[in-house]
Amino acid sequence: MARIAAAVFTSHVPAIGAALDLGKQQDPYWQPLFKGYEYSKRWQREHAPDVIFLVYNDHATAFSLDLIPTFAIGCAAQYKPADEGWGPRPVPVVQGHPQLAAHIAHSVIQDDFDLTIVNKMDVDHGLTVPLSLLCGQPAAWPCPVIPFVVNVVQYPVPSGQRCYNLGKAIAKAVCLYDEPLNVHIWGTGGMSHQLQGPRAGLINRDWDQRFLDQLIDDPEALARKPHLDYVREAGSEGIELVMWLIARGAMSARPPRVAHRFYHVPASNTAVGHLILEDPP
Amino acid sequence: MALDKPYKDIPGTTIFDTEQARRGYHLNQFCMSLMKAENRVRFKADERAYLDEWPMSEEQKAAVVERDLNRCIDLGGNIYFLAKIGATDGKSFQYMAASMTGMSQEDYAKMMLAGGRSAHDSPLDKGKV
Repeated sequence: MARIAAAVFTSHVPAIGAALDLGKQQDPYWQPLFKGYEYSKRWQREHAPDVIFLVYNDHATAFSLDLIPTFAIGCAAQYKPADEGWGPRPVPVVQGHPQLAAHIAHSVIQDDFDLTIVNKMDVDHGLTVPLSLLCGQPAAWPCPVIPFVVNVVQYPVPSGQRCYNLGKAIAKAVCLYDEPLNVHIWGTGGMSHQLQGPRAGLINRDWDQRFLDQLIDDPEALARKPHLDYVREAGSEGIELVMWLIARGAMSARPPRVAHRFYHVPASNTAVGHLILEDPP
Repeated sequence: MALDKPYKDIPGTTIFDTEQARRGYHLNQFCMSLMKAENRVRFKADERAYLDEWPMSEEQKAAVVERDLNRCIDLGGNIYFLAKIGATDGKSFQYMAASMTGMSQEDYAKMMLAGGRSAHDSPLDKGKV
């Protein structure tokens, strides 16, 4: 049977993708950020998952205001990097895992989460920047990826509690899959940032650190944090952090091993947070 | 019974909720159209003519022409959609963010390097948080 062995959490700032694609890793501005992911790239190679279940949000790329699914699961065989207005990122096409994705959709929908099934979609920086940060710049991504898209653009977005419970349903579905796959689940987005209005540029380092602490030690309590706290304390776009609770909810109830923790301000307008949590065997 | 919208009093912040999304539907879909290169060319050639193809309000069209992003947001725009206007203009996201704060791009970039805007104790928040 398949198993979720680890969870990876990271911000997915588009400027990070641009910096990588333009070869700016050694620029003084970017060097401290990429240094924080050096260990992660080694860890990623050593723990080589069979499949990555990648939770992210679309940024008015694949989904316009014509269609706004709260939760959408990618069941396609592959996904092209999207043209977000300045040409597609020069990164590999993402290979999906249609069998496992369909299996998870089936199980999770029967557990009362109304997922939208997506069979054709381009993927934006929300998905490709985390892959670049953990996998570097390979000719092909090292394993299949199941994109899982959450609406955090149009309010109301799903609550932290619902995201956490959804994570549990995803974990249950993975456990019911017959093939012995090593699955990693990634929660992306955040941390504190606000991209709009006179309050743009907001960063809340203390709040972010408490969020990371609680995500590790007391996710049940963190799941109860109301939306208003995120928006008020971590900025209007800081609400993306509810997606981290999906990945955390998918881990077992045992205390996780913290393999890596990193925090850096700023990447463009955003505080970057990153955690790798392993489920003890 | 009114819906509970406790986020309305957060200073300097407009939450893109269902009400704003309804108000800004055509404005945001206009922005979305700029994802296509041929539309960017047509928009740049004659902004007004391109905007007139969309059932947007006069206020919305004027706010786009003036690149007044705060006004666009008031009128139902969402920043991820509005960012496509900036991309069409060849401006960075940080330029757009700075333009909404009343700061120069240089001062804004310095603020970010110094750790960003505080969630509290800023003039914006006086007496509100």
